[in-house]
Amino acid sequence: MSEPVASVPAPLAVPRTDLTDGEWHRLHPATPLLRGGIFMVAIIGFIFANLRERLIDLFIGQENHGGDPIDEIYQRGATGWALLIIAGVLIVILVVFYLSWRTHTFRVNGEIVEVRSGLIFRSNRKARLDRVQGVNLARPLFPRLFGAARLEITVAGQDGNVQLAYLGSKLADDLRRDILHLASGLRQARQPADTPDVLAPTPGDDAAPAPLGDSAAPTIIGPPTAHSALGDFATARYNEFRAPDLDPEAAPPESVVRIPPGRLIGSVVLSGFTVFLLLAAIGLIVSVIAGSSGWVLVAVLPGLIGSVGYYFSRVTKTLRFSIAGTSDGVRIGFGLLSTSSQTLPPGRIHAIEVSQPILWRRFGWWQISINTASQASGRSSTTPTSSIILPVGSLADVAKVLELVLPGFETDTHRALVENGMLGGRRRDAGVADFYSNAPARAVWLRPFSWWRTGWAVSGNVALIRRGVLARDLILVPLARMQGVRISQGPVRRRLRLASADLLTVAGPVTASLRVIDVDEAVVLLKWMSTGAVRSALADTSHQWSRTEATPPTKGATE
Amino acid sequence: MPDREVPERNPAVPKHVPESLEPSASPEPSASPEPSERLDLTEAGEWKGVSPKYVVVEIVGTIVNAVVVCGGASLLWLLLDQTWAMWVGILVLVISIINLVFEPRRVRAIGYLLRGDDLLFRRGILFQRFVAVPYGRMQLIDITRGPVARWLGLADLKFVTAAATAGVSIPGLAEGDAESLRDRLVELAESRRAGL
Repeated sequence: MSEPVASVPAPLAVPRTDLTDGEWHRLHPATPLLRGGIFMVAIIGFIFANLRERLIDLFIGQENHGGDPIDEIYQRGATGWALLIIAGVLIVILVVFYLSWRTHTFRVNGEIVEVRSGLIFRSNRKARLDRVQGVNLARPLFPRLFGAARLEITVAGQDGNVQLAYLGSKLADDLRRDILHLASGLRQARQPADTPDVLAPTPGDDAAPAPLGDSAAPTIIGPPTAHSALGDFATARYNEFRAPDLDPEAAPPESVVRIPPGRLIGSVVLSGFTVFLLLAAIGLIVSVIAGSSGWVLVAVLPGLIGSVGYYFSRVTKTLRFSIAGTSDGVRIGFGLLSTSSQTLPPGRIHAIEVSQPILWRRFGWWQISINTASQASGRSSTTPTSSIILPVGSLADVAKVLELVLPGFETDTHRALVENGMLGGRRRDAGVADFYSNAPARAVWLRPFSWWRTGWAVSGNVALIRRGVLARDLILVPLARMQGVRISQGPVRRRLRLASADLLTVAGPVTASLRVIDVDEAVVLLKWMSTGAVRSALADTSHQWSRTEATPPTKGATE
Repeated sequence: MPDREVPERNPAVPKHVPESLEPSASPEPSASPEPSERLDLTEAGEWKGVSPKYVVVEIVGTIVNAVVVCGGASLLWLLLDQTWAMWVGILVLVISIINLVFEPRRVRAIGYLLRGDDLLFRRGILFQRFVAVPYGRMQLIDITRGPVARWLGLADLKFVTAAATAGVSIPGLAEGDAESLRDRLVELAESRRAGL
């Protein structure tokens, strides 16, 4: 079952859990129940709906009306059979649950995370730890009530994640930490001075590695057995529910951005969706006044009501947002009812966009979204894996977050560059130096409003693109992660001696493109970007997990 | 090399580039001396073109396309009496003929260049496009052959990166060239691979 692993790196810190020993382990016993949570609720709802009258009778004590399935069974004297069938179904469900739980095992060692599951259709998923793009810890509402959490190890690709669902809440926390430590093992081995002391086990924690002897029987992971009494259990749940998701000891508190609820609600209300909604409402009123029939109202009202739900979900999803730097990368947590916390190891961010819709300008609010190689976009998975790492924040918040996600991009020059990119423009630079190389004035034909803000710059290992005047945008691309550069020119741009340029990154919400740029400058940009991409990839130290020398010649397939 | 020529409207480009990023490796410091409207990278080096036989593949493709569309349009026109279909058919025919006339030039405009650390690719006359992809970003290389290309002994090579849009696809290489180019690119990528 547990084949020996060729080279397990020496343990760097005492692991908090005994799950990373390379043996097969099982998940939380309630996993099948939690996975089918909604389904179970539906079944219970169905039963209740069918037995409603029966229950009312039971409590109120009126006589039967007949037609109830239970009465029918009772009257035909088939009670025994019915009970037998119910018992049989229950046993089958239990057996299936038990078997699916038994066959759902996972293991973690120094190199891989592997999950096996399935009764009839077996599936096996393996992720290399040196390819980890992020570790997400999600607690959907229903499992959260039971103190369970889902751990997702994402790797590059559309559907590239390994799910450990579900684990005990505390265990999931610890396992995340262990996995991240294992993933960063190479870095720690290479430069031990760099690792802060947070790796040391906290005293009093049961951090001693478990004996690896009993490999025959995988250890069962349940809820912490200490909470045997119901009261203890409830208290523990309550504490987990209430406690912020961030590990207080692992995050330097000063780098945490907090969003006041008022600002959050304001930002959600002042979105493009609201404008659309207002227009729809105005249209509706006009049409009603103009004397159209009521069907318009009937058609539109459900949508209006649904939009309230949209606002609500937006707010609850981003409420209690937090972002902090840990020793293993940036940790982003959000969610009120269903919480989720993502950990992005350093160097996993491919593009960053700082944007400001026009409605937010008055308040000075900004949003930051990113591209990562593991965008779980479009999937109906319940994880709110988000590409937005700052839902709404002030200028200072943006600076803090950028410092987190772009290590080494924090000198005064860089700050000036970012601020200039967010607020500045060519027209303003009468006295102040504008650090950007801007589009020429003839770009006004193609970009009548935003030409004076369209520009680019390179600083350190980061390329910056400034654009947009109604909705301001600043795009930062770490050159070490950039996949390529493209410059192109069509007939219209040729007449104007313009061109357009794209910095090609992995797919995501951010597209780093510069639609107008001087022809000669486009050539310069191509040269600078391509050289910079190669150079910063060579000098890249943020990508600690990549093995530059000992990479086995398996390209592409392992991604 | 720090002071390469930037148009004077944009005096501030090189200000904030530390030494490490100076593109000192590239041999030529200046952009094109006289203003030209076209996007051009002539100073980059000797472009390698694709096989001239690739014109045949393009021509066959265009003709097949035109025949299918025009056939469908004329069916609609003659059998169902739809006059607009006739205009669509004529339009497609005219575009196809124009395409056929420019086909040789378009094929000549396709080129690639193996530079020190990246692959440079260019395509198009009216809509020009230059792509530079560092070798280290390679994820895989695809070689495909269509029926006509196979008959002519040609193959298409596709250099795939993690970005969906950053793939470089070089059509119409001689089969032997495509395979040696693939091996060369894989070798280059191995020595320069970067993490994702």
